[in-house]
Amino acid sequence: MSDQTVFKVIGTRPVRHDGVDKVTGRALYGADVRMNGQLYGAMLRSPHAHARILSIDASAAEALPGVKSVVTGADLPAIADKFAATGEGAINLRHLSGNILAGRTALYWGHAIAAVAATTQTIADQAAALIRVEYEVLPPILDLATAMAPGAAPLHPDVVTNELGEKGKTPSNVAEHFRHEKGDIAAGFAAADVIIEREYKTGTVHQGYIEPHSATAQWNADGQLIIYCATQGAFGVRSEVSEILGVPISHIKVIPTEIGGGFGGKVSVYLEPVAALLSRKAGGRAVKMTMNRTEVLAATGPTSASIIKVKYGATRDGRLTAAQVWMAYEAGAYPGSPVGAGSGVILAPYDIPNVVIDGYDVLCNKPKANAYRAPGGTNAAYASESALDEVARALNIDPIEIRMKNAAKEGTRRADGPIFPRIGFVETLEAAQHHPHYTSPLERGSGPRRRGRGVASGFWFNFGGTSSASATVNPDGTVSLTEGSTDIGGSRTGIAMQFAESLGIPVDQVKPQVVDTDSVGYNDATGGSRTTFATGWVVYEIGQKIRTELIARAAKMLETEPGQVSFENGVFSNGAMNNIPYAQVAADLDKTGGPIVVSHSMRTKGEGTAFATHIVDVEVDIETGKVDILRYTATQDVGHAIHPSYVEGQIQGGAAQGIGWALNEEYVYDKNGKLLNAGLLDYRMPTTLDLPMIEAVLVEVPNPKHPYGVRGVGEVPIVPPAGAIANAIFDATGVRMMELPMSPARNLAALVAAAAPASG
Amino acid sequence: MSHLVVNSTVNGEPAEFLCEPHETLLHALRDTLLLTGTKEGCSNGNCGACSVLLDGVLVNSCLVLAPEVEGRQVTTIEGLTPREGLHPLQQQFLENAALQCGICTPGFIVASKALLDRNPHPTEAEVRHFLAGNLCRCTGYDKIVRAVLATAAAA
Repeated sequence: MSDQTVFKVIGTRPVRHDGVDKVTGRALYGADVRMNGQLYGAMLRSPHAHARILSIDASAAEALPGVKSVVTGADLPAIADKFAATGEGAINLRHLSGNILAGRTALYWGHAIAAVAATTQTIADQAAALIRVEYEVLPPILDLATAMAPGAAPLHPDVVTNELGEKGKTPSNVAEHFRHEKGDIAAGFAAADVIIEREYKTGTVHQGYIEPHSATAQWNADGQLIIYCATQGAFGVRSEVSEILGVPISHIKVIPTEIGGGFGGKVSVYLEPVAALLSRKAGGRAVKMTMNRTEVLAATGPTSASIIKVKYGATRDGRLTAAQVWMAYEAGAYPGSPVGAGSGVILAPYDIPNVVIDGYDVLCNKPKANAYRAPGGTNAAYASESALDEVARALNIDPIEIRMKNAAKEGTRRADGPIFPRIGFVETLEAAQHHPHYTSPLERGSGPRRRGRGVASGFWFNFGGTSSASATVNPDGTVSLTEGSTDIGGSRTGIAMQFAESLGIPVDQVKPQVVDTDSVGYNDATGGSRTTFATGWVVYEIGQKIRTELIARAAKMLETEPGQVSFENGVFSNGAMNNIPYAQVAADLDKTGGPIVVSHSMRTKGEGTAFATHIVDVEVDIETGKVDILRYTATQDVGHAIHPSYVEGQIQGGAAQGIGWALNEEYVYDKNGKLLNAGLLDYRMPTTLDLPMIEAVLVEVPNPKHPYGVRGVGEVPIVPPAGAIANAIFDATGVRMMELPMSPARNLAALVAAAAPASG
Repeated sequence: MSHLVVNSTVNGEPAEFLCEPHETLLHALRDTLLLTGTKEGCSNGNCGACSVLLDGVLVNSCLVLAPEVEGRQVTTIEGLTPREGLHPLQQQFLENAALQCGICTPGFIVASKALLDRNPHPTEAEVRHFLAGNLCRCTGYDKIVRAVLATAAAA
């Protein structure tokens, strides 16, 4: 971090640069794209969770007037296993290809089977319904126990277990079993005075972005392919389409539109290659495909259901001596659940000498899991933070106190390997402990309404990755800042602020824009909480270079040496003798050597990690099982808040998603694997009525590796909520909820069971 | 399929357009009148991204058939924006950082206008009750509710 201590731009709260476009409805999102002569696409999806595709007859669809092209999985080239980074984990492109259009087997309800392009959406929808598919229905595997049972029918004939690094010999639904070990687990439990061992379950949940996926593709006769889409990473779309369709990346231009939310669910492609194929088959006419909400829920996202077993050992004075974790996550139809990330999150806040973590990535007939904000973290922390609450209660220790006693610090080694640099976990605990929310007494409620308070903490890795940007100084003194990082929540402004600070100009003189893949250097996706950190760092470097160049130009104008010139408050000064305003230097660039254009690219490291501690008060109606959130406070080490309002916004939004996951959200399947709640009425995300104000407490422990101390802030706030709420429900009712979501029906059943006299 | 001619007033100006009988107002606005500020999030009335005013009353335009607006007044986010500057709600949404991705923002602003038109000084509970038909997945609603309260306080 720079030794500059007084900031002019960083820490202020300017109106975002793209704000007027977004409050007037002029900002163009994925589905707002319209190309001349465009066709409309529609997808036929599997009505079975698991079925062999025996034949596809599209003749009736093709005969419908207005239909211009039909594609199926047979139109995709066969590709070999190849892993590509998405910014939120890796993806096997062969599996991604099978996911966007099924091959021989439909692997989940809603799996894409065939697509149609026609002159109107109505005709496209009618034509898709005319495609006749002959299926041989297979028994679906819909839960972890069935999938992992010895002798279970394997989803894929070519997936074997990667068992602690060794490839298995027979097909299996367990794609991977890994283990992290630290210390001597048996000795750790032997040294414990108290042992708590519990098993938790969590349901499948969706990212729930309000904008459905949309892509418009035009594949010209010269082989050039243009794709408009709402994506977290235009360069990732380019490389994935290139690999899936076998087209050189030089032939593909991806033009990102504004994006209506993603949360990880828009890091990889769904519609883009299909729209491209439809366009090529339709003679190069543009094809626009937009999902409806049912398709979004049935065939994109979600994140994994899981079973997590946690065993803690602790001494009487509250020191954790050992922890053992067994965690299995549903990957859905293809390998790649976030169990790896979950295993890194689950015990990370604590310095525990003896640890074993076993993780399992498990296939089943549900949609292929995609990243969701701190992937794998929320369910992991729900389990570990619930069990830790039980340890604290068994020992009669305050929940923040026990976390403080065991808190990881700089130098602590995580069970999965890395050693922490400077982190601010303890500072989040202190902020929570001294917050008026925690120090104020809780009114306990009366009658059927019981109140309780809970606390939980959480960790997220964050990611650095590669960013590129360029800047041009305009004659009027503004600077055009060209970047390739999708702006999903105000990052244009957070990045422009770092640039303005570095160069020394007001932020409203920076004109940031997010451009297409031909117009800026490579950028990893907006994911892993990396954009304000990494792209911000890149533009810091650009600002420094431009500043140096402007000082040289000013020196020319002042007829002195650059070393004699300072730049402060918009004025270049040669001591007390002479000075020249910034606007003059910008206006005269042509006379002093020509335009100033600076590009920079970095593979950033040193992203720093994020910690958060949340406090929640709940009221449980023990007659209905409904839980209301009365008060919510989230403390978080945010490094250095560039735009505090948008940092608060990330924390509030992450907490709200975590509350939804904790209380309401889950996929409900029937026994045949049909998703029963593929709509926003029944897939119940929090509304204004479900939430109170969420107080975000920004704890600033600057990241020493970043020029402005930035840490990623976006993901960790979704990690603690479910654990905090489970602990608050216990505090209110004395009943421990062992499964997410803690919905009214599930809570009521647990309350009734706890109240029933023990049988026998 | 035969089309119907619909005569309505959209954002204060006469609008004559053709639509299919089954077409929604949302699609007529977006695809025929090219008013894409009204967003499509679910098409079944559960997200509020397509909120518009129909004769001054808040509706989900995905639940209104286009032929139903014959002879009626439709106001969209585009019509709510004044000729100069911004509507006070638009300004407060910006100053309170009440948007992240922005896809739900037009719907929230239209719904908030409907609220303030009938209740110029709502309580927080009244704001939360009225806006419960609009989903936002980014903000946790905190700053949205504050922006609406700030607009009312400044009026």
